[in-house]
Amino acid sequence: MTPAKINSGNSRKIISLHLAVIVILFLLQFVLPEYHHLTMTRIMILAIFAMGYNVLFGYTGLLSLGHAMFFGAGLYGAGLTAYHLGWSVPLAFASGIIAGALLSLLVGCIALRTTGVAFMIVTMMLAQVAYLATLYFTRYTRGDEGLVLSQASRSFEFFGATVDLTNPSTRYNLSLALLGITMSIIYRLVRGKTGRALVAIRENEPRAQMLGYNTFAIKLKALLVSGTLSATAGATFALLFAYIGSSFTTIQYSIDALLFTLLGGPGTVLGPALGTFLMFYLVDIASQYTTAYLLVTGLALIFLVLYFPKGILGTIKHRWLPWLP
Amino acid sequence: MKLLRAHNLSKSFGGVQAVQDVDFDLEQGEIRAIIGANGAGKTTFVSLLSGRITATAGTIEFRGQDITDLPIHKRVRKGIAYTFQITSIFPNLTVLENAAIAAQNRFHASPATIPTDGHPDIYRNANAALQQVGITALQDEPAGAIAYGHQRLLEVAMGLALNPLLLIFDEPTQGLSDAEIQDFCKLVKQINQSTTVLLIEHNMSVVMSLAHRITVFDRGQVLAQGSPDQIRNNANVQAAYLG
Repeated sequence: MTPAKINSGNSRKIISLHLAVIVILFLLQFVLPEYHHLTMTRIMILAIFAMGYNVLFGYTGLLSLGHAMFFGAGLYGAGLTAYHLGWSVPLAFASGIIAGALLSLLVGCIALRTTGVAFMIVTMMLAQVAYLATLYFTRYTRGDEGLVLSQASRSFEFFGATVDLTNPSTRYNLSLALLGITMSIIYRLVRGKTGRALVAIRENEPRAQMLGYNTFAIKLKALLVSGTLSATAGATFALLFAYIGSSFTTIQYSIDALLFTLLGGPGTVLGPALGTFLMFYLVDIASQYTTAYLLVTGLALIFLVLYFPKGILGTIKHRWLPWLP
Repeated sequence: MKLLRAHNLSKSFGGVQAVQDVDFDLEQGEIRAIIGANGAGKTTFVSLLSGRITATAGTIEFRGQDITDLPIHKRVRKGIAYTFQITSIFPNLTVLENAAIAAQNRFHASPATIPTDGHPDIYRNANAALQQVGITALQDEPAGAIAYGHQRLLEVAMGLALNPLLLIFDEPTQGLSDAEIQDFCKLVKQINQSTTVLLIEHNMSVVMSLAHRITVFDRGQVLAQGSPDQIRNNANVQAAYLG
């Protein structure tokens, strides 16, 4: 069998798997009770954030501790323009994504001069600057208290139809659509030549350079995709839930993206989404029984590191399904 | 025709002059060996050629073009491949994927031959490189799990997959058994049918059997240059190196 045939056979399996995930999520909305319906909407948005994070961490091997700043760039890029300038939802959404892309390029030019622990520290530091900026410009952001978008600014016309973002079903399906788009963007990226270059850098950067890869440019591209996807999640969050606050740019959110990815499986397309789902519900269920829910997540993580160091899907890929992208 | 030419090439690390005013040229199609004692500046010199380190002074020309200031990846894409002294592969990826990473950046003499959607081509070229060094059977193994001798061959295959005009080997036979060394010499002769070869080598029997010409380094400078016979009979070389 030629390699091309092996690939096309796997492509069918892979595409079916991803379609199945989307279809299941679509059908779930008809059976979920109200509370879980809302929770799933949030999970899908955070999953986009984690999947974006994974492009840099899982595929390129760069551990950022500051991705909350990209989520924040999207959140404020969309929220501030909608709140202060009265921009319509689609414009505000685009503005959030562009803000994220610009911030990614800026951060990349600074932080990609470093690797390893230094990269973690520089990204964390820059994210802290972003967080403090949201407090400093409290006149516009109202800091921790945050801004709440008006009811009127949450609907828009789309080909003659009015899309109302206060409607739970609209929110659910928009999040699902964005999740599907994110999945296909990442799948296309990691299956192609870029994906091979990213993995080469993750596994052995000096060798990749010696094999003709411009590693700085490739890492910058990875950070741009990663940061922009994270910002897309932030912009979606702002517009769907109408709340824009500083708390979303704290280090807690950066670490969440890391944990979701670690749990689900870094370097797999679906891993971070699975990780987000499980961690979200773990915290949710644990907090019903104890205020020390972080203890439960801590124990879960220790268990994970001991028995599933590659994360859940990472382990499954390693042991049983090597074709998983 | 001259493939590569270095003029007055120098490199110092602080107060240490590792390479000093070296003039060096390489004919297209030859096998050149660089020999010299430890610390003579051999690895520093080829690292200057491949772009791993930048020169303090001097110029390097490749096919008539000045490449002195080009970064590593651009030199590779112009057709200069380098295989590491200490095996440097992608241990967690399969042998085939290792070769594919190289094949993706294959040298193309004209842009017209670069495939636009190159997946089948990438794997075909990667396979061809594995076949040339004889490790096709291991293609689905993780590269970190295969024997050391095979890893050295994979290192060579990665170089070949780049389709280079010049392939630089840094101590390729280090750590290989006698039988493996013999096979390696055959392989280099075969590679040389289409590629110019520059190798740093300590094993004198390998050098004498392969090299068309030999350059001897001593304390960062070229001590002598010539055919194997000329070098063997050179009094300076005997005094400084061969003993």
